Amino acid sequence: MIRVEDIHKSFGDNHVLKGITTSFEQGKTNLIIGQSGSGKTVFMKSLLGLHEVDSGQIFFDDRDFSKMSFDERKDIRKEIGMVFQGSALFDSLTIEENVIFPLSMFTNDTIEQKRERANFCLQRVNLENVNERYPAELSGGMQKRVAIARAIAMNPKYLFLDEPNSGLDPKTAIVIDNLVQELTKEYQMTTIVNTHDMNSVMEIGENIILIKEGLKAWQGSNDELLSTNNPDITDFIFSSKLFQRIRKASN
Amino acid sequence: MNLLTHTGRYFLMLGKVFRKPEKFSVYRDMFFREVDLLGISSFGIVVFVSVFVGAAVAVQAAFNIDDPLIPDFYIGLATRASIILEFAPTMISLILAGKIGSNIASNIGTMRVTEQIDAIEVMGINSASYLILPKILALLFINPLLIIFSMLFGIFGGWLVGEFTPIYSAVDYLSGVTMEFEDFHIIYALIKTYFFAFVIASVSAYQGYYTKGGAIEVGKSSTRAVVYSIIVIIVLNYILTQLLLS
Ligand SMILES: Nc1ncnc2c1ncn2[C@@H]1O[C@H](COP(=O)(O)OP(=O)(O)O)[C@@H](O)[C@H]1O
Ligand SMILES: [Mg+2]
Repeated sequence: MIRVEDIHKSFGDNHVLKGITTSFEQGKTNLIIGQSGSGKTVFMKSLLGLHEVDSGQIFFDDRDFSKMSFDERKDIRKEIGMVFQGSALFDSLTIEENVIFPLSMFTNDTIEQKRERANFCLQRVNLENVNERYPAELSGGMQKRVAIARAIAMNPKYLFLDEPNSGLDPKTAIVIDNLVQELTKEYQMTTIVNTHDMNSVMEIGENIILIKEGLKAWQGSNDELLSTNNPDITDFIFSSKLFQRIRKASN
Repeated sequence: MNLLTHTGRYFLMLGKVFRKPEKFSVYRDMFFREVDLLGISSFGIVVFVSVFVGAAVAVQAAFNIDDPLIPDFYIGLATRASIILEFAPTMISLILAGKIGSNIASNIGTMRVTEQIDAIEVMGINSASYLILPKILALLFINPLLIIFSMLFGIFGGWLVGEFTPIYSAVDYLSGVTMEFEDFHIIYALIKTYFFAFVIASVSAYQGYYTKGGAIEVGKSSTRAVVYSIIVIIVLNYILTQLLLS
């Protein structure tokens, strides 16, 4: 579980996070939704210490991450997998080397053991025969899957994904969503997904947090989302005709 | 941002670069990768430039010493001095600043804007050290070799002129080149080279590491890396020369 207490983050005059308190549960896919520019990425990067928060606390299973130094954070970081919006694969390394990268850094495994683990992770995301290729030679959806394979290489307890569906066609997007949910259940990870893809919200949204103007505007499951009368939710989600119809049908 | 904040941030970055490295085996692999990528590929241009500039320097020396009372071996002596003291360490370092500096800045800058640096940091790896230290060490290793090659090929360029043109005799030229050799000149040149190598790697890495934005900014960082490396090298060249030779 990850718990966040009243975190604030500004860039100059731009007060992006204005005191968010919430928690993300283990074994669930936790979704952060909100308009583009609402601060989802800043929020996620703040949880990970890629941005230092101005105030507030972040607990990874009761370990106060926000108070730790770079070196003290290392133990927690080894339990974190992150999939960046643009995949952020190392473009000078092959696909296999990308997945092996964290293993080389943090384990003393032999190269055979590392290869075996990398192959396992690549198979787990349904990628085969791409080991020797370079990231630029793969499609966006395949790159995303490599990024997921790299993120799970160290068997993380916490998995973060920043808009894993952006730039993907709907069919590939669903494949990625299902994969994320399966992995979450299989390894009982605390998974946090930034998204503005409403399809993902309905498919895998077990714990959804809506961010609006730097604050948490709503939190609940996808079932609750269909029935809530929270104006921010109706404004954000049900501005789409399709979702208006879904809502009508479900009520 | 003004010069002062840049300088401050540059030294903070260096502090991060030299904080304890992550894992020796990984650094060793990165070091050899960089030597290969940054250094080996520069030998061609260094040899090419050195032969031609060496030849030109010798011809200029010949025309300047166009006095029948001054023997031809002075051409060798003068050419050797220009090449060892100034051309090889300084000019070649400036050329390397263009070639290697832009490469380092665009490489690190691209990693920054595509979140590859975030990906390294999120794993708990000190990205400044992991990315920059191997590059600095690689240049400290490879640049002196390049400069020594430049000296040899520059002097060789002057010999070619003597051998294949009637301007002066190659034999006299060589006797000048080997006359009253001053070891300290080589040491002086190498000291400069080490400083310049460090400047090229660290200034360019700084420009890349703090890139903000997208592809266009990566291009700008790369240009700035070359410009600032050159400026620092030129100023440092004067300071070091005064300190070491006076
Ligand atoms: N590194 C940064 N420096 C300054 N401002 C930033 C930085 N990153 C994000 N912001 C600002 O924070 C706000 C939220 O951005 P972001 O988290 O990327 O939105 P989202 O991911 O929800 O689309 C934007 O106004 C953006 O300009
Ligand atoms: Mg974002």
